[in-house]
Amino acid sequence: MPMKSVPQLLAILLALCFALARTAGAQGLEIEITDGQAAATPIVVVPFEYVGTSAAPDTDIAAVIRANLNRSGQFRTLAENDIVERPQRGPEINFATWRLLGQEYITVGRIVDNPDGGYRVEFEVFDVSRQERLVGLALAGRPQAMRDVAHQISDHIYEAVTGVRGAFWTRIAYVTATGTGDGIRYALMVADADGHNPQPVVRSSQPLLSPAWSPDGRRLAYVSFERGNSSIYVHEIATGAREAVAAFRGINGAPAWSPDGSRLAMTLSRTGSPQIHIMDLASRELTQVTNHWAIDTEAAWSADGQHLYFTSDRGGKPQIYRVAATGGEVSRVTFQGEYNARASVSFDGNKIAVAQGAGNVYRIAVMDRSLGGSGRWQTLSPGNLDESPSFAPNASMIIYATREAGRGVLYAVSADGRVRQRLVLADGDVREPAWSPYRQR
Amino acid sequence: MKTNYRLLTAAAVCVLLAACARQVQEEAPPPPPPPPAPTPAPVDDGRYQPSDLDSDSCLRQRVVYFDFDRDNVRSEFQQIMNCHAKYLRDRPSARITLEGHADERGSREYNLGLGERRGNNVRNALQAAGGSAGQLTVVSYGEERPTCTVSAESCWSQNRRVEIIYTAR
Repeated sequence: MPMKSVPQLLAILLALCFALARTAGAQGLEIEITDGQAAATPIVVVPFEYVGTSAAPDTDIAAVIRANLNRSGQFRTLAENDIVERPQRGPEINFATWRLLGQEYITVGRIVDNPDGGYRVEFEVFDVSRQERLVGLALAGRPQAMRDVAHQISDHIYEAVTGVRGAFWTRIAYVTATGTGDGIRYALMVADADGHNPQPVVRSSQPLLSPAWSPDGRRLAYVSFERGNSSIYVHEIATGAREAVAAFRGINGAPAWSPDGSRLAMTLSRTGSPQIHIMDLASRELTQVTNHWAIDTEAAWSADGQHLYFTSDRGGKPQIYRVAATGGEVSRVTFQGEYNARASVSFDGNKIAVAQGAGNVYRIAVMDRSLGGSGRWQTLSPGNLDESPSFAPNASMIIYATREAGRGVLYAVSADGRVRQRLVLADGDVREPAWSPYRQR
Repeated sequence: MKTNYRLLTAAAVCVLLAACARQVQEEAPPPPPPPPAPTPAPVDDGRYQPSDLDSDSCLRQRVVYFDFDRDNVRSEFQQIMNCHAKYLRDRPSARITLEGHADERGSREYNLGLGERRGNNVRNALQAAGGSAGQLTVVSYGEERPTCTVSAESCWSQNRRVEIIYTAR
C-alpha cells in the first residue's frame, strides 16, 4: 500500500480540526442569568409527557418554555424539582396544590404522534386562583423542530398572561471575531433568540458590522470590508445569494430597512460627509435625506415608515435627531446625556434605546415618550462599554453588546431593566446584535 | 620546380598576410569607450527618491495620532505633513492612502465617520503643505482595525490614528 504523502496527511489533520471545531461551536451561546427576578409573575410549567407510540422527542419542551419565561424577566418559573404533581390536561389539575405553592398560572401539556409525521404538542394555560383556562392549543412540528414549537408555545403563554405578543420565537443576528492580529476571522451568525442553533451566514477575513434584518426576516443587510473599503451587502439567508448594493467612494454604512422592506436607509459619505440616504431596492435609485457637514449616521425608521431617527454630531457631540423620510427639517430628540448614538426604536414608537455616554462610561438607556413631554429616561445597563442596543419586536427586551474581561459579549435586558442575562460565545468576540422581526409560520 | 612553387606559395601567403596586417593596421583604432555617465547626486537637486521612504527619518513616520473625540491634526505632526507633502510633489506618480481609525468607545458606525474625518483632515493638511489631491485617497476603518485591544487610554490613544500608506512610490 503506498505511503500517504505529506500533503494528504495534512489534509486529514485539517479535516479532523474542522470537525472538532464544529462540535465545539455547536454549543453556541451560553446563557447565564446574572440578576434576580424581583416582582416577576410566578408560573409553573409542568413537564410535557410524551404519550405516543414511537420515540419521544429529544427536546424537553417544558424546560425550553421555562427558560424563555425566566429570561423575559416577567416570569419566575417553579423549579422542576418542586413540581410535585404532573397533570397533563385541565381536568387533571389540582389547583389547591399550586395555590399553596404560590403559583399564579399553570401550563400543562403533552406530546402525541402526529398522524402526518412528527409530533403534535397540546397545551393549556390556566389562571390558578380563578381556575380559568386562558388558552388551549395544539401545535404540530417535525421532530427536529420541537424547540421552535416550544418557543411558539412560550409566545402563547406570554400573550395570554401579559396581553403582549411574545417574541420568543424570533432570531438574533450578530457578528463574531475570533483570532488575533492578521489572523482575525469574522462571521455573521444567525441564532435562535435564546442563542441555540447558531448558523453562519457569511464568513470573512475582513470586518463585518451593522447587520439589519429585512421586515420579512428573509434577508440581512450588513457592512463588509471585503472590498477594502466599507460596502453594504444584501444577503438572502435561505439561499446564500448576496449582492453589494452600495460600494461608493467613502463610507457605505448603517443599512436600515424601511418597514415595508422596499427601501434601505444608509449612510454614504460620497457627497463629502457621512449623510443619510435612502435607496429604493428595486430601482437602486438614491435619494439624499440629510445635508450637513457633520456626521449623520445610524438611521432607524419609525414604525410607520414616515420618519428616520439618526445619530448626528451637528451640535458638537453625537445626539439623536429626527427627520422626515422625504427630507427637510431636522429636529433633535435626545437632550439628556452628553453622547447619544445608535437609536433602536420600539415597534410602537414609544421608546428609543440608545448607547449613552458620559465621560468614559457608555450604557444602554431608554427614552420613553409615551407619557408625553421630552420623555422619561431609564438606564438599563451598568457600562462601561455597552453599545448597539436592539429591541425585541415586542419591545419587552433589548439585546446589546459590551466588553467583559477583554472579550466581546452580548446581554439581554428586560425593558424595565430588572433582569439582565449574558449570552457568551464559547470563544472569541461577539458584537453587533440585531433582533429579528416576528417569524412567519 | 617544387621549391619554387613552395616559395611562391609562401610569398603569396606573406603578401596576403601583410596585406591583411596592413588592412588591420589601416583600420582606425576603435574609439575608446566613453567615460561612464555620472550618477545623479542623491541630494543635489533636493528631491526625494523612493529609497528615502525607508531611510529619511521624517518620511519613515507614517502615523498621525489624535485626541479623544477630536479630529484636528495637532501641530506636532506638522513636520510629518511637510515631508510627505514634499515627497508627493517630488514624485508625481506617488499615491497615498490615508487610513482613518478610532478607538473602541462609542458606536461603530459613528466611529467610521470619525475615522474618515481624521483621514480627511490629514489629507487637507497634506494638500495645504503642497501635496496634490489626486494623489490622496481616504479610507475609514472606524474601530475595526485596532492595533491593540486593551480597554484603557494607553491603548485607545494608539488606536486614534491615521496611517499613511504608500500604494505607489
